Amino acid sequence: MIRLDNLTKVFDTPKGAVVAADHINMEVPEGEICILIGPSGCGKTSTLKMINRIIKPTAGKVFINGDDTTGLDTQTLRRNIGYVIQQIGLFPNMTIEENITIVPKLLGWDKAKYKARAREMMAMIALEPDAFLKRFPSELSGGQQQRIGVARALAADPPVMLMDEPFGAIDPINRAVIQDEFLKMQQELNKTIMFVSHDIDEAIKMGDRIAVFREGKLVQYSTPDDLLGAPKNAFVESFLGEDRALKRLNLVKVREIVTNEIGTVMPSDTLETAMAKIDDYGYQNAILMVNERKQPAGIIDRSVARTTKGYCRDHFQAVPAVIGLDDDLRKAASLMFAHGQTWLPCVNEEGTVCGQITQRAMTSHLGARYRARQGDDRKPSAAIKE
Amino acid sequence: MPIRSIKGALKVLVLVAIFFTGVWSQSSGVIDDFIWYLPDVQYLMVQHIWLTLMSGSLAIVVAIPLGIVLSRPKMSGVAESLMQVLNVGTTIPTLAVLALSMSFLGIGTVPAVFGLFVATLLPITRNTYTGLKGVNPALMEAAAGIGMSPMQRLFKVELPNALYVIFAGMRTALTINVGTVPLAFLIGAGGLGELIFTGIDLYDPVMMLSGAIPTALLAIVVDALIALVAFLLVPRGVNPARA
Repeated sequence: MIRLDNLTKVFDTPKGAVVAADHINMEVPEGEICILIGPSGCGKTSTLKMINRIIKPTAGKVFINGDDTTGLDTQTLRRNIGYVIQQIGLFPNMTIEENITIVPKLLGWDKAKYKARAREMMAMIALEPDAFLKRFPSELSGGQQQRIGVARALAADPPVMLMDEPFGAIDPINRAVIQDEFLKMQQELNKTIMFVSHDIDEAIKMGDRIAVFREGKLVQYSTPDDLLGAPKNAFVESFLGEDRALKRLNLVKVREIVTNEIGTVMPSDTLETAMAKIDDYGYQNAILMVNERKQPAGIIDRSVARTTKGYCRDHFQAVPAVIGLDDDLRKAASLMFAHGQTWLPCVNEEGTVCGQITQRAMTSHLGARYRARQGDDRKPSAAIKE
Repeated sequence: MPIRSIKGALKVLVLVAIFFTGVWSQSSGVIDDFIWYLPDVQYLMVQHIWLTLMSGSLAIVVAIPLGIVLSRPKMSGVAESLMQVLNVGTTIPTLAVLALSMSFLGIGTVPAVFGLFVATLLPITRNTYTGLKGVNPALMEAAAGIGMSPMQRLFKVELPNALYVIFAGMRTALTINVGTVPLAFLIGAGGLGELIFTGIDLYDPVMMLSGAIPTALLAIVVDALIALVAFLLVPRGVNPARA
């Protein structure tokens, strides 16, 4: 857990005092990733660097796991905080192994222990230990170097990590890969992480919470979904972009808005039964046909059901698309657009039908938050302390 | 043998020239003259090397710590102006430095070593300073951020990364040092300058050359030696020669 208590930084410049961070109060619960975001010069980096005193705070306190760090010796403090910077900062004079083991060595681990740890870290970041440990940073690609940078920060297993635009200098394709790898690692490691970014998409993807900064002040601090659904003011709104409703599609799982009620027919049913069911459920175009294991087998078109006689098994069309419960709405929307559908059958892990998702349900779920805000401006938006 | 290009023709020409120079120097007795100076060369060379060794190692021992101290953040206020003073100091001719040190310390080895020391000090200090200042700030931030103490940062990060530039400074300084030692003869410290200057005065080119050629060879050897040490000492990751 990281807690900032009235953290303030004032820089004395020739043009006068500049307030880089103005009484920042926030708390990152244990095991969560908090993204600090905002335009350049907004104080996000200053706030981050005050935690490990790369920038000395003018006032205020930093608590890590409940303990005030003010009295702590700077070296001890930093050795217990993983630190990753955008420029990576691997030491070019040292091998990969020496780079990774540097903090364990500073902490006085014995040789066998830190050597084993280096191999463990390499396995974690999916680089072959024998091929890489003895090489030098200049021999690695940018993406590999930043993986090593993350490994170095994690080597001594610090409870807290600070990351200053860690993936900013990596090309977009590799960045997405590293982000995914990092999220997967974080699921196991459960570190408390503060992460500076200037990319709102990265923030939404990586963050459990997002803190939006502007001119040294913390403007809004909430979960990505709350942020996108209820931006606190026009600045946050403009920062999130015009397409913020679409960005939320990434955050909502099909499971959250699926309706369990879905009318289905069996292959052995007649088309008359199908037509009756279509009318009963009020479906406009078609009804889903499932096999005896409740797996989607085809769809019966309304026009076919009305005009033809016979059994469903002889008159069905292929199912255009199905969606899993754990897929996000972005995939659902994409499938609907691609196949010209207004609904999709949902299947669980075993592939059996368990409900449906409709375009209308998606729209109303995404729209609910905005309408609520427009109707009630006093609505408290997440944990903001100013 | 057919000659296919200008380059080939030149090579042949050079070989022929060397051959005839050899024939000429044997027949005219120049080689015998040189051999006659050999004991002198041996004796003076030892003096020469000794002067270089004394002044050079003294300069390294003083210049590197000086460069390190100047590059510390606390010294940033005075460092730049002090480096300017050192830069101006470099422009004073070594002969003048030797003359000055003679007027304070008298004649002999001591003022010579001191004068050479001053002349050698500057390039090494400057390269140590610029080398350390040139270390990527991202490395410094990373080193600080993972909890290295200032001393650990200096010895594990800054110096290894600046070492190549520091060695370049030592190469320049010591090569110049070897080439400057002949001047030490003028204030009575001996060295190969004895043959060079006496040869000039006596209008004896063979005597002059038997001082000048070993001096030049010595400079080349010193340069190569330091290059070798740099090759071996500078860590592989930051050593352009081993990349």
